[in-house]
Amino acid sequence: MLRAAQLILGLGMVVIIWASFLWARPAENFVGQSSRIVFYHVPMAWVATIAFFLAAWHSAVYLRKRRIESDDAASAAARLGFVFCILATVTGSIFARVMWNAYWNWDPRQTSITLLLLVYGAYLGLRGAIEDSERRATLSAAYALVAFVTVPFLMFAVPRMYASLHPDTVLNARGKIEMSPDIKTVFFAANLAFLALFLWLYNLDRKVSRILREARP
Amino acid sequence: MSGASARPGLFGAAHALFLKDLLSEWRTRTSTNALLLFAFAVLILVGYAVGPTSLTPEDRPAVHSVLLWIVLFFSAMTGLSRVFVKEEDAGTGAALRLSAPPHAVLLGKLLANLTLLGAVTLFVVPLFLALMSFEVKSPALFVLLLVFGNLGLASACTFTAAIVAKASAKGTMFAVLAVPLLLPPLVGAVMGTRVAATEADFFAGLDFVRLLVAYDGVVTTAAFILFDAVWRE
Repeated sequence: MLRAAQLILGLGMVVIIWASFLWARPAENFVGQSSRIVFYHVPMAWVATIAFFLAAWHSAVYLRKRRIESDDAASAAARLGFVFCILATVTGSIFARVMWNAYWNWDPRQTSITLLLLVYGAYLGLRGAIEDSERRATLSAAYALVAFVTVPFLMFAVPRMYASLHPDTVLNARGKIEMSPDIKTVFFAANLAFLALFLWLYNLDRKVSRILREARP
Repeated sequence: MSGASARPGLFGAAHALFLKDLLSEWRTRTSTNALLLFAFAVLILVGYAVGPTSLTPEDRPAVHSVLLWIVLFFSAMTGLSRVFVKEEDAGTGAALRLSAPPHAVLLGKLLANLTLLGAVTLFVVPLFLALMSFEVKSPALFVLLLVFGNLGLASACTFTAAIVAKASAKGTMFAVLAVPLLLPPLVGAVMGTRVAATEADFFAGLDFVRLLVAYDGVVTTAAFILFDAVWRE
């Protein structure tokens, strides 16, 4: 059954990629074909955020129950989340260049993804700096949780305050209200597909961690 | 009767630890002097590069607000990890674990870091105001931002110091771990300082004070909840 699901995901991804370039029409108010990036950029950003929540959740579970599998899960989520976060930043930057003629605008939304990148980087850096597996699990779990409570400030609080000082340069690119049906379909499908891809890789990463752990006496 | 209650409570232990750190630091004063000198050096560099003569009066509030907090931030990165790192380096960590409850340790170290950061702030801010001709239209708001900004910096840095004390590459790891945690309060403090520099109305920048207070509460609480796990490793 898993095989079938993977096959469906693979085929589905191919269809979505085709549809994103050749079936969905370019949206209005966007420069040329640049609106197509929303099918990639937004899912990446969403997955990066979900991965962060997942890492924080498993960190909390680890600190409670001290089962090393939770640490495997947290680090798997963080590793993959980091990759998706980098992709989200890069795709967003490309879009910014096309749309507003600058790779970076220091818009609050953009900087919130940078913050997530920094947190992921710090977490993974911390894990790399500790040899003992239990200590590594505990300290990185503690850091993940502190980061988890501080990230909302820059992601949600500051953009709401900033808006009163600066005009928000992000047009309604994330607003779903203005999407035509074909764009909406591909958009939601892309979100689901990338989430499924993440979950697949996440499970693989956890399995690998477990195998590596059991291989070492 | 009194013999059985010889163990100090949480606040008593924290107070004792705080005084111990203060006293041991006062005896040598090496790290405090180094830190003040460092803060002064950054200030001079900043003054040379973007001093008041090289900026128009309109640009000054924005640039100088961020520079002030950069000086404080770099000072924090240099000096605030010592409270825990020195215990591990000197081999007194085990004794500390045995002699005081974890929350007392965190509170004591937090107070020590707050004092240190406060000393740097008291040193840097007047110099900054003078050297940079930094005009603050709303002093009350400015003071509040400094107080709550410092509290946020100290809380996050103290907890991060506890985490890196047991890791390798402590110096770099401390900065790497602290930066993401400190971006929210620093952004809030910088934006608030800009408002304090440009507007005389105290309430104009109160939003940023609220942000800082919220952040301080969240980080300090999270630190106290998680410290036990970190300390016992």
